[in-house]
Amino acid sequence: MAILEVDGLKVYFHTRNGVVKAVDDVSFSVDSGETLAIVGESGSGKSVTCYSLLDLLPKPPAKIEGGTALFNGKDLLTCTADEMRHHRCNDIAVIFQDPMTSLNPFLTIGEQLIEPLIYHPDKSKIETRSRAKEKAVKLLDEVGIIDPHTRFNCYPHEFSGGMRQRVMIAMALITEPKLLICDEPTTALDVTIQAQILELIKKLQETRNVAVIFISHDLGVVAGIADKIIVMCEGTIRETGDTDAVFYHSSNDYTKKLLDAIPEGAKVLPNRVTSNEPLVEVSNLKTFFKNESGKNDDDRYIKAVNNVSLTIPRGEILGLVGESGSGKSTLGRSILQLAPTTQGSVKFEGKTLTGLSSSELFPWRRKMQMIFQDPYASLNPRMTVFETLSEPLLYHKLATKKTIASQIKQLMDDVGLSQGQLKKYPHEFSGGQRQRIAIGRAIATKPEFIIADEPVSALDVTIQAQILDLILDLVERHNLTMMFISHDLSVVRYICDRVVIMQHGVVVEEGDTEMLWANPQQLYTKDLLAAIPLADPISERSRIAEA
Amino acid sequence: MNSIETDKGSSLWKDAWIKLSKNRLALVGLGLLVILIVTSLLTPLIAPYGYEAQNLDMGATAPSLQHWLGTDIFGRDMLTRIMYGGRVSLMVGFIATAVALVIGILWGATAGFFGGRLDAIMMRIVDVLYALPFMIFIILLMVVFGRNILLLFFAIGAVEWLTMARIVRSQVMALRNQEFVEAASSLGLSQWTIIRRHIIPNTLGPVIVYTTLTIPSVMLLEAFLSFLGLGIQPPQSSWGLLINYGVETMEEYPWLLIFPGLALSLTLFALNFLGDGLRDALDPRTSKD
Amino acid sequence: MYRFALGRLAQAIPVLLIVITVTFFLIHSAPGGPFSADKAVPPEVIKALEEQYNLNQPIWQQYLSYLGDVIQGDFGPSFKYSGRNVNELIAAGLPITAELAFYAMLVALSVGIFAGVGAAMRPNTAQDYIPMTGAMIGICMPSFLLGPLLVLVFGIYLDWLPVSGWGDIPGDKILPSITLGTGYAAYIARLSRGGMLEVLSQDYIRTARAKGLREPIIIIKHALRGGLIPVVAFLGPAFAGLLSGSFVVETIFQIPGLGRFYVQAAFNRDYTLILGMTIFLSTLIILFNLLSDMLAIWLNPKLRQEIKGAN
Repeated sequence: MAILEVDGLKVYFHTRNGVVKAVDDVSFSVDSGETLAIVGESGSGKSVTCYSLLDLLPKPPAKIEGGTALFNGKDLLTCTADEMRHHRCNDIAVIFQDPMTSLNPFLTIGEQLIEPLIYHPDKSKIETRSRAKEKAVKLLDEVGIIDPHTRFNCYPHEFSGGMRQRVMIAMALITEPKLLICDEPTTALDVTIQAQILELIKKLQETRNVAVIFISHDLGVVAGIADKIIVMCEGTIRETGDTDAVFYHSSNDYTKKLLDAIPEGAKVLPNRVTSNEPLVEVSNLKTFFKNESGKNDDDRYIKAVNNVSLTIPRGEILGLVGESGSGKSTLGRSILQLAPTTQGSVKFEGKTLTGLSSSELFPWRRKMQMIFQDPYASLNPRMTVFETLSEPLLYHKLATKKTIASQIKQLMDDVGLSQGQLKKYPHEFSGGQRQRIAIGRAIATKPEFIIADEPVSALDVTIQAQILDLILDLVERHNLTMMFISHDLSVVRYICDRVVIMQHGVVVEEGDTEMLWANPQQLYTKDLLAAIPLADPISERSRIAEA
Repeated sequence: MNSIETDKGSSLWKDAWIKLSKNRLALVGLGLLVILIVTSLLTPLIAPYGYEAQNLDMGATAPSLQHWLGTDIFGRDMLTRIMYGGRVSLMVGFIATAVALVIGILWGATAGFFGGRLDAIMMRIVDVLYALPFMIFIILLMVVFGRNILLLFFAIGAVEWLTMARIVRSQVMALRNQEFVEAASSLGLSQWTIIRRHIIPNTLGPVIVYTTLTIPSVMLLEAFLSFLGLGIQPPQSSWGLLINYGVETMEEYPWLLIFPGLALSLTLFALNFLGDGLRDALDPRTSKD
Repeated sequence: MYRFALGRLAQAIPVLLIVITVTFFLIHSAPGGPFSADKAVPPEVIKALEEQYNLNQPIWQQYLSYLGDVIQGDFGPSFKYSGRNVNELIAAGLPITAELAFYAMLVALSVGIFAGVGAAMRPNTAQDYIPMTGAMIGICMPSFLLGPLLVLVFGIYLDWLPVSGWGDIPGDKILPSITLGTGYAAYIARLSRGGMLEVLSQDYIRTARAKGLREPIIIIKHALRGGLIPVVAFLGPAFAGLLSGSFVVETIFQIPGLGRFYVQAAFNRDYTLILGMTIFLSTLIILFNLLSDMLAIWLNPKLRQEIKGAN
């Protein structure tokens, strides 16, 4: 029985550039107790659709141009402000993506939890502070917050990311809504925490019989929890159907493109030369940072990299995996001598790099380069593509003013960008194109070793696939050795020969990729592998049922 | 060698200019500023009367055809006096701001870029100086060392550099952590090259905005001091001094107060609107279209 | 929290010491000052000064004995007002200036915050443009222009309000307070508008709306705390500015406060008075800066806990 029926929804944004059709004629329905997943890449309109139901869009420039959204028969799009407040308090609740910014840092979480109860627009439902607090504490316990009585008076910054999201879930459920909208609730969380939160949402849904709309860009995440799926692209619905039908029997081109883009299994490069000669040797490396707010002796240093040793033979793609705070990025930077190491050594082609001055280090710089995560921040916004790409070549005297043009031409071809773009600035490109430019800059000096620090994490899944293929292609063609840092295990499996798993600055486990997948030894590795959301509804459902 | 057919890119400066040109108030401010600067430079040539020309018989008269802005009690033409006063006020404004700019940028960039202990020490000094009541010190300096116009520039500039240093430092620190600066480091670029090519061009935005907003602040400070009699001394005059004279006789001859006041206010308006417009134009978040 | 305050207070002492030292040596290096031979001073004053400042002794000893006096709160005799003590003069002028600064700050905060918050609630509408244009005018019209104009209009042409004195005629506190406070009201209006706009675009405001809270609660309980941070940060410099601004306002409106004394002392070259008042005013400003810093920290839960934790 449908609790929400959306018909012909149109939401347009009136910007100075013209009209952007964020949502263009979207229709769907949700039954009570059902989980509907809305999946799409950035710009697909999935979030705008749901925010328009609760009037949470900035009214200029957004405008609801047409359509109806019936919640238990009442149209949400044409109700008065008071009625809307009623809906927000009684019927529909939202869990947002980033719990750090979605909670008020100046108020305790307890205060924020009880607000919907003590300020309830419905006079009969207003609670006193003490009763509201009782309810809130009970709910905090239900969502898994330990010691809820004390934690009630804590501020958001005192919680970890996963805990904060649990608080947000509690805050959404405190008014006992009938529909819960989850806007990418796990995207900002580590993969093990993500699994926990997904299970929590599923459990709460079953105990309270709420309907859930789950927005995500990741098909794998929704595979295990969704009953129905809508695939959106550029404001329109490309496909609707039951989960199994969409995953296993889709006939829609876009859906198939999304499913194909998910990295699956291992990819074997035919022509790669791997040798036994170690290119990079890391021995007992420690990188500690002084802890400004540490109180006792233990806390005096943040041990980002704590006694790590590994070797990378020439021609290998090594994966470095870890969740946030594992130290993987710091390790990468330490190897490249971009972060000051505290103890231990890094050797490149047999030569010890740690402890060298910057002028001594200079000749080695062109042999090792880095690709960064954020395509928006890794390019100087005031330099054209030409200037960005020519800087490494000219500075290292690998080209003269006369030869530079043809070398740049070659680079642009290598990374798949058209020549006509050379005089443009970074902000005129899309995320994927910017990453190509960044990759071009990294390979310009024909390095032997490249560290890629989460190079595709900030990109849409279809673009991600293209960039991964580009990276594999370049590694093969230029015979590169690579360290691929990522938190995304599926991507790592697709690209890497060997994998190193890090946690809290220490290496937990390492080994050949497929062997690690088949037979993980350490508990942390097993947890990590188990938490990966697969684009396979049947196995995901059984995994969640076991949990 | 065949040239590559390329699309013309639109740099951030060009985008900023487009945004600015759509802001009417800012353009008015810019236009006014240009007029003021040109007038001040050409004053000795275009002023209708001599600076010293007195006409004691006439005394103070209301605006008329011969004296567009009236005359003061010594029969001196107000338009001329305001023009000459403007020269001084603008000069103090620009020079003192330049002093503040140079010291502030060097200090802030050094602290921001090198960080660590150097930064801690340098910013501690800034914090201490910030807490000192500078108005009082300037007055003290003026009293002790006489009202030397050079000292005035220096004293005012010495007050304003602090905020400039803070702004530059925070901008540089934010940039230092950006990935494109790391990329430059990983290429082995020397620190000086990084500062020159990557940091400074990206710092210019806030610096320009703040400079445009410092000039009116400085001019206000000078006018304040001159009004109290502690700044510019006769025979030179500045708008602050003219306002002072105007207040003394404002009941009988209100135009002696109103016109210099208007001149000062309009200039401050122009600079502030321009500064605001520049701030909006250079903000990457607002779109240009 | 108290230990933190004491710590900051201790840090302020070297600053104060620098102020006293620099001021002392500046005054002593002034050409034609009382500490060189000056004829136009009555003999009793010279005698009092010589006793007070031990003018026959080397300058370092003079400095140290002055320092000793200051620490005990004695600023010595006035140079120009024979027979009167700097301390007396400060005590006479302080309550008046304090009251003026208080009213001006009241005007500035109430008008400024009201206008700024209002503008932020309806950006790019009349509710925004009108107060903000007014704010721009307030910033571009200095107090020494506004004051005389107000006097002209309200005091002379309309004859509604008195234009001099403080506390003598009812209503004579209105014009000076408005004159002094307007510039700051304008600045505070802009600051609060900026701060509120920044906060209102934050995610947690969207969360508050999604919970069904009413607009007034969202503004007052959720937005104001973060939005007024720039205003709190401005309180310290604002206080210093109000003190300096009082110089002009007291001159224009003939108010016998500290500001007017200071300006007259500057003209009269009453060095001891300048010395004493500079130190006194600096102390006040440093104290107030300290208070406003602590207020800013107290308002931010994260900083508040870091301070508590560090103790």
